[in-house]
Amino acid sequence: MSSPSFQYSRASEVSDALIQGSRAGTAFVAGGTDLLQLWKAGVIAPEGVVDISRLPLDDIEFADGQLSLGALARLSDVAIHPDVTRDHPLIAEAILASASGQIRNMATVGGNLLQRTRCPYFRNEGLACNKRAPGSGCGALSGENRQAALFGGSRSCVATHASDLAVALTGLDAEVEVFGAAGARRLPLLDLYRLPAETPERETNLAAGELITGIHVTNASRFAARSTYLKVRDRASFEFAVVSVAAVLRVENGMIVEARLTAGGVAPMPWRLTRSEAALVGRAPDPQAIATAGDLAIEDARPLAHNGFKIELLRNAVIRALQTVGGRP
Amino acid sequence: MSPGSSIHVSLKINGRDHEVSAPGCDTLLDVLRDKLGMTGTKKGCDMGACGACTVLADGRRIKSCLALAASYDGRSITTIEGIGTLDNLHRLQAAFIRHDALQCGYCTPGQILSGLALLDEKPRDLAAIREGMSGNLCRCGAHPNIVAAIAEVAGL
Repeated sequence: MSSPSFQYSRASEVSDALIQGSRAGTAFVAGGTDLLQLWKAGVIAPEGVVDISRLPLDDIEFADGQLSLGALARLSDVAIHPDVTRDHPLIAEAILASASGQIRNMATVGGNLLQRTRCPYFRNEGLACNKRAPGSGCGALSGENRQAALFGGSRSCVATHASDLAVALTGLDAEVEVFGAAGARRLPLLDLYRLPAETPERETNLAAGELITGIHVTNASRFAARSTYLKVRDRASFEFAVVSVAAVLRVENGMIVEARLTAGGVAPMPWRLTRSEAALVGRAPDPQAIATAGDLAIEDARPLAHNGFKIELLRNAVIRALQTVGGRP
Repeated sequence: MSPGSSIHVSLKINGRDHEVSAPGCDTLLDVLRDKLGMTGTKKGCDMGACGACTVLADGRRIKSCLALAASYDGRSITTIEGIGTLDNLHRLQAAFIRHDALQCGYCTPGQILSGLALLDEKPRDLAAIREGMSGNLCRCGAHPNIVAAIAEVAGL
């Protein structure tokens, strides 16, 4: 193995992890499915790796309308948990559309949310990438940018976020619980992520050494009857999204009273389609309303040389997802 | 300790206890193959894409190339060496032979381990088997026969 070696240590409790993780050059590892790829590819070269996989943060609980997923819950366990499949099927659907059976047995909720982009310029240490090597330029901007963002990119970076789970959780207004030197805090999942602007190497609003401990989804079972995760990809399984859409509706007396639409594969973070949502509320889920939502979804899209096809794909994915949830009894 | 210094790892592999000293950055795959000489588990892409390195950890299938050996300290690992014997093949191995589910055979240990775990997940139909086996690539293209072999053992 040509990658430089690192020092391994294991944290036995959260406070211990924070101390070990606050050292410069240290990375946390849980399932390892992303970290080991990044390390082997030379994208990261940590001096120390702190194994947090045995911290007691793997519970899945549903009480008083709040679903709580421990940061270290395995994706495969979340996807088959009855409180998830019955009351939050969108989460199960998004997970089962992710990766493969082996990876889902290893990967954790927290690690999934923090996975790094699949942009080929980021993943190849020989290419220019401001996210991996600040100041080296963005190879994707003028190079092969079929995967690149339609929204939220900058002249420094046009990479997309790869998580399916984050798209579903955004559609359910999830909050992230983090723990650090200053104690515990909760923030909306979307506030975890940053747009690249001129500092694409800074992807989250986590402080150094801060750890995600859990995810909370409150009062979301109201959407259980009408939710869907539509993932469009280059092959039927074990592939990242070209475009994905998480759609949830609440319909009363034939009228949409609440709508959440979130797109994946098109931005540096899950991308809420708020104008489409607003246009749906107060209308029946009929073809006209759905077509309007599709049109509004793509209004601000800014394509590059090779990813323009994703605009029409996104519009059609929004329409298909809304047909699926709107047509249910 | 200096970076990369060795640490002690205890693994129960196919029911037998093994004690290994290995660098903390060694993968479970490298420990199995290079430290323990158990070369039945194959190294294909070494990046989690091909599934040739699939083993079971406490009965659940994982990719051993993306697993730090140290993270699996104290766990029970099942490899192809623990599945059947030449004289007494596992049902799934026999079904692979009957269905011609391999050509070069390099991916087969991973396919068998992944298939065994999938059988425990009780796939409902052929589509569920195809989806459930998407983490194991076969560059000889034996996928239809692999699915048929697993389906036979699943009683589908």
